[in-house]
Amino acid sequence: MPAVSKGDGMRGLAVFISDIRNCKSKEAEIKRINKELANIRSKFKGDKALDGYSKKKYVCKLLFIFLLGHDIDFGHMEAVNLLSSNKYTEKQIGYLFISVLVNSNSELIRLINNAIKNDLSSRNPTFMCLALHCIANVGSREMAEAFAGEIPRILVAGDTMDSVKQSAALCLLRLYKASPDLVLMGEWTSRVVHLLNDQHMGVVTAAISLITCLSSKNPDEFKTCVSLAVSRLSRIVSSASTDLQDYTYYFVPAPWLSCKLLRLLQCYPPPEDGAVKGRLVECLETILNKAQEPPKSKKVQHSNAKNAILFEAISLIIHYDSEPNLLVRACNQLGQFLQHRETNLRYLALESMCTLASSEFSHEAVKTHIETVINALKTERDVSVRQRAADLLYAMCDRSNAKQIVAEMLSYLETADYSIREEMVLKVAILAEKYAVDYSWYVDTILNLIRIAGDYVSEEVWYRVIQIVINRDDVQGYAAKTVFEALQAPACHENMVKVGGYILGEFGNLIAGDPRSSPLVQFNLLHSKFHLCSVPTRALLLSAYIKFINLFPETKATIQEVLRSDSQIRNSDVELQQRAVEYLKLSSIASTDVLATVLEEMPPFPERESSILAKLKKKKGPGAVTVELEDGKERGELNGGGDRGGDAAIAASNASTPSPSADLLGLRSTAPVSGTTPSAGSLLVDVFSEAGPSATSAGVNDDGFLSSAPPTVASEDPAPPLPESDELLNKFVCKNNGVLFENQLLQIGIKSEYRQNLGRMYLFYGNKTSVQFVSFNTTVSCPGELQSQLNVQTKTVEPLVEGGAQVQQVINIECLTDFIDAPLLNIKFRYGGALQNISLKLPVTINKFFQPTEMAAADFFQRWKQLSQPQQEAQKIFKASHGMDTEVLKAKLLGLGTALLENVDPNPENYVCAGVIQTKAQQVGCLLRLEPNAQAQMYRLTLRSSKDTVSQRVCDLLAEQF
Amino acid sequence: MIGGLFIYNHKGEVLISRVYRDDIGRNAVDAFRVNVIHARQQVRSPVTNIARTSFFHVKRSNIWLAAVTKQNVNAAMVFEFLYKMCDVMTAYFGKISEENIKNNFVLIYELLDEILDFGYPQNSETGALKTFITQTGIKSQSKEEQSQITSQVTGQIGWRREGIKYRRNELFLDVLESVNLLMSPQGQVLSAHVSGRVVMKSYLSGMPECKFGMNDKIVIDKQGKGGASEEAAAGKSDLGGSGGGGGKQSIAIDDCTFHQCVRLSKFDAERSISFIPPDGECELMRYRTTKDIILPFRVIPLVREVGRTKLEVKVVIKSNFKPSLLAQKIEVRIPTPLNTSGVQVICMKGKAKYKASENAIVWKIKRMAGMKESQISAEIELLPTNDKKKWARPPISMNFEVPFAPSGLKVRYLKVFEPKLNYSDHDVIKWVRYIGRSGIYETRC
Repeated sequence: MPAVSKGDGMRGLAVFISDIRNCKSKEAEIKRINKELANIRSKFKGDKALDGYSKKKYVCKLLFIFLLGHDIDFGHMEAVNLLSSNKYTEKQIGYLFISVLVNSNSELIRLINNAIKNDLSSRNPTFMCLALHCIANVGSREMAEAFAGEIPRILVAGDTMDSVKQSAALCLLRLYKASPDLVLMGEWTSRVVHLLNDQHMGVVTAAISLITCLSSKNPDEFKTCVSLAVSRLSRIVSSASTDLQDYTYYFVPAPWLSCKLLRLLQCYPPPEDGAVKGRLVECLETILNKAQEPPKSKKVQHSNAKNAILFEAISLIIHYDSEPNLLVRACNQLGQFLQHRETNLRYLALESMCTLASSEFSHEAVKTHIETVINALKTERDVSVRQRAADLLYAMCDRSNAKQIVAEMLSYLETADYSIREEMVLKVAILAEKYAVDYSWYVDTILNLIRIAGDYVSEEVWYRVIQIVINRDDVQGYAAKTVFEALQAPACHENMVKVGGYILGEFGNLIAGDPRSSPLVQFNLLHSKFHLCSVPTRALLLSAYIKFINLFPETKATIQEVLRSDSQIRNSDVELQQRAVEYLKLSSIASTDVLATVLEEMPPFPERESSILAKLKKKKGPGAVTVELEDGKERGELNGGGDRGGDAAIAASNASTPSPSADLLGLRSTAPVSGTTPSAGSLLVDVFSEAGPSATSAGVNDDGFLSSAPPTVASEDPAPPLPESDELLNKFVCKNNGVLFENQLLQIGIKSEYRQNLGRMYLFYGNKTSVQFVSFNTTVSCPGELQSQLNVQTKTVEPLVEGGAQVQQVINIECLTDFIDAPLLNIKFRYGGALQNISLKLPVTINKFFQPTEMAAADFFQRWKQLSQPQQEAQKIFKASHGMDTEVLKAKLLGLGTALLENVDPNPENYVCAGVIQTKAQQVGCLLRLEPNAQAQMYRLTLRSSKDTVSQRVCDLLAEQF
Repeated sequence: MIGGLFIYNHKGEVLISRVYRDDIGRNAVDAFRVNVIHARQQVRSPVTNIARTSFFHVKRSNIWLAAVTKQNVNAAMVFEFLYKMCDVMTAYFGKISEENIKNNFVLIYELLDEILDFGYPQNSETGALKTFITQTGIKSQSKEEQSQITSQVTGQIGWRREGIKYRRNELFLDVLESVNLLMSPQGQVLSAHVSGRVVMKSYLSGMPECKFGMNDKIVIDKQGKGGASEEAAAGKSDLGGSGGGGGKQSIAIDDCTFHQCVRLSKFDAERSISFIPPDGECELMRYRTTKDIILPFRVIPLVREVGRTKLEVKVVIKSNFKPSLLAQKIEVRIPTPLNTSGVQVICMKGKAKYKASENAIVWKIKRMAGMKESQISAEIELLPTNDKKKWARPPISMNFEVPFAPSGLKVRYLKVFEPKLNYSDHDVIKWVRYIGRSGIYETRC
């Protein structure tokens, strides 16, 4: 920077600023500014030329006035004129004014661009830097358009000064972030990557920010940066602290650069080249070693820099997740930080450990710190750190330590902060369920949970308890006993009453033998809580009472008396009144066996994803995905039931749609009754026809364990799949994206991605009309045995689709084992009053879960021979229905998901592929050979796999493709 | 009732803080500072509600006076009190400034203790206050004096003590009015009103009973019906005010308020204003009229835009009163656009100058007789801006002082009776002065 000459002091400006500062009041300030503005206006009038110095001075004053918060509507032209000055200070002020005040749509932008262009092409590095800074500060689209082509050239030109290169790299980064479509690296890519080798550390630091941003968008183009980054990192890490001179910060060599390099490497998978990988591992080890060394300085900056690198390195190790040795070392290192004096370090250590816990290599290592973490949960002063500790406990929990952790979390819950209580409750509930070996322990835990933190127990938690109790016979008696005991506490939480009401209503008979818990005692206990509860709970209790009448006929008179009382039968709440009336009638009219049928024990719930987990995920956002995956592994152990909460949600969102769960609630159980006992049946129907509308609402209510039939309209049943849906299915065997279905109303687009045995499908429903679709509802069902082969989860879509709008639905698919059929997608909506009902097959085929396997010719043939049993092979000879273009064939085979193996088959005309089908249960290796016969226009397709059904299915699928 | 009273300087520092009631917490002081004085946007409402607490403020130069209450009080009463407080302070130590307040803070607390009691306003008559709150330290008063003060303050006529004696009985009446006007460029009156007050300075012996008469329309009409004799008597004792408008006989007063010495019951019944005046100066009444106002000046603006960079302004002012009268301190303020880069002014009379700090041309004329006219023309050069915003053209405003009452009010008589001491109405020397000033006197251009 040129030295500031004496004349550049700008006394006028200093005087003006001190005047403003001395102003006694706002009014005085405004007066002073008005005066100054008038003065500047008269100077800028244009009748006499101003010299550069005064122009600069006045522009400075304008800038100051603007920054004080006043509007400036002139002086832009003078600022632009300053740009063409040869003096550094004048140019600088000009650029400053423009960066601050010129908005992108100004008409002056052309002039400004011109001046910038001149500066960029000048050989003066300071001017170039000023121009680059201005571009970056304004960063508008016009600027990007004008200079996106020019800046990369400056960046990589050999004769550009280092400081200019730094500015250029950062300027380009800014433009790329503002308008990525305009910044095309193209031919510059490799030269930009090679900036990592630049001698000047500043240039490297600037360039790496740019490269990290670019490579996160298109990683393939910048792949080469990995090895360069590794070698750069190793040079920094192995250098002595004095080597880098200016770039050594409190004895740590180039900490910022190191962090950025490590972050860049996190964009890529572990390097495949052994040498590079070895070098990188060495680097990481060195970093871990250095963390162990005694600090070279007591200054906080030294340890901050060192720890920053260390944490970034640990993130990289976790990202790679392939070096058990490093993972364990990282874990040990973090373990030391767990007890560090510095709160921030403790926080970071807990956070990193959370991710470490999910890696199989380091899970055990993390577990060794359990005592420390529990201690942190108890004694930590900072709530955010406590929260992290709770997260980590959740992440490190497994079968071996579940009891301990759950007990600790429960005891912590009593003193936990209100903000994290609900989350803690969910976590305890999930852990208790996931690792329950002994279900009486589970029931104890959850009841404890409700006792300790009843207010924070969400609906899902107690739904889940009931699901599990209903699904497991062995625990029912124990549950009834425990609940009974828990209810005897003088003050118990409403959630406890709910659980108690439900469980005693179902299984009260299991403990009725004991005189201490005779039916009447049970009833009196429940009824003693009745008046303290809210309406929904009272409704549930009423249902429990009617169940009591069925279970214990001796209580009938007492309960009828209660139902008949004015406070029930004339309750101001419609729901309660209706229940009281109906139950009273039901109990007095229906015969015992009708009553027994209607009030039968609840059937087991179907197994589904735990609603608690869904709730936790919703609470935590995408961060909890790792937990979910891990949870998938444990799913087999779960003996859980269905998802009543979910059902209720579906029912509530669209009460008239019979969801699969409707059956569970016993809504159709009247049908068999009317068949066997016609007279009583008709009576029942009478009762229900009265109760019709409210019975549906009872179904919506979470506790509807009484059955009733909603009006089922035939047309609302899912339509049979469209005839052409099989054809549609074939269209998607070799591709993942496209239009699945289209008619004059609706277009369904599809986009899917698969990884291992998991898939995610995005369905886009486009309303082609200008009228909105109402009651838009989609369901995905797995017919027949597919239910046990595929696990499909959908998110519900908005019931309203505006005309011309598109809604998106995400479907998560998990392949449990190999399958043949495709899941059905049913779409229902009302268009102008008419119900539209479309059923389609979702293009989920077994080949979607292929993982390509590359192998050499020898390997291939060896495996081919291993699969020589006749049932392992499937073969088909068929006529070509399309042209036999080589490229098309190749594309299709690749689209299938297998690896196309070149130079394997002796006949170059033939195609050979290999892949592994990933299902949750097993992995099925699959080899494929396609032999085209050009003359006869025929193909012979041979498939061999370790499972016969797979060979057959893939063969069938593929035969339709050629 | 008023819960507390705070005085701040322009920076928001508390100079005086007096809390009368417990419901006002310590943080109320800060609440007002943060939400009003330091508010990001200027607070224009004089009443601000912050957290269920009401703040009433007035500003005198750079000093903020804020009364605070949690109750639903009569806002007009609070403001009346605040103005009175300003008057009292001015009477004690002159201009209200930070310096003066700091120098007199003991006195101010003493005054606040006296004029507000548990938040209820008390006697705030300066004359009465000055007898027992003095700046000269504790003056040892004789027992007699003390009992006199007590009987005065607690007695029926709290504003005047007994036993006042003057060699010459004299009284001065000032009719002070301010005219407010908004006029369209074409000369149409959009709104106009006069707010006036009658200030009396009396040096009378004993406890004189006074009766004040003016040309109030209701009184005149009633008398016209009642009988000509009293009319004649009234005509004789007319103290003579030379109105600019001339022939107008009576005026319609929209509303008026009186000094506490005036017997309101008598006013309500007979519409006669009778009272025992305080010794020295007092504001006898305040009033407002909106009909038949004599506008002393007419402003005729002429603005022409010549291209984008030039503006020509011509303003003519015409005086509209008797040629024998002289208006004084005339000042015309012509706003200039915000992008003015230079101004040339030519005026026949007075001095005109472009004041950049106020974005206006200020034209001052010392004196101007009635039925005259004068004009100014200015060329304003503008700087072209890239801003498309059009100039809002604020109105041209004017200040002046004329020696008559623009409302047309005339004092018909002021009779003084003192039955105990032996002087009659004729022995009292009476003076009347009319001053009309401009309030907000604007003409759009």
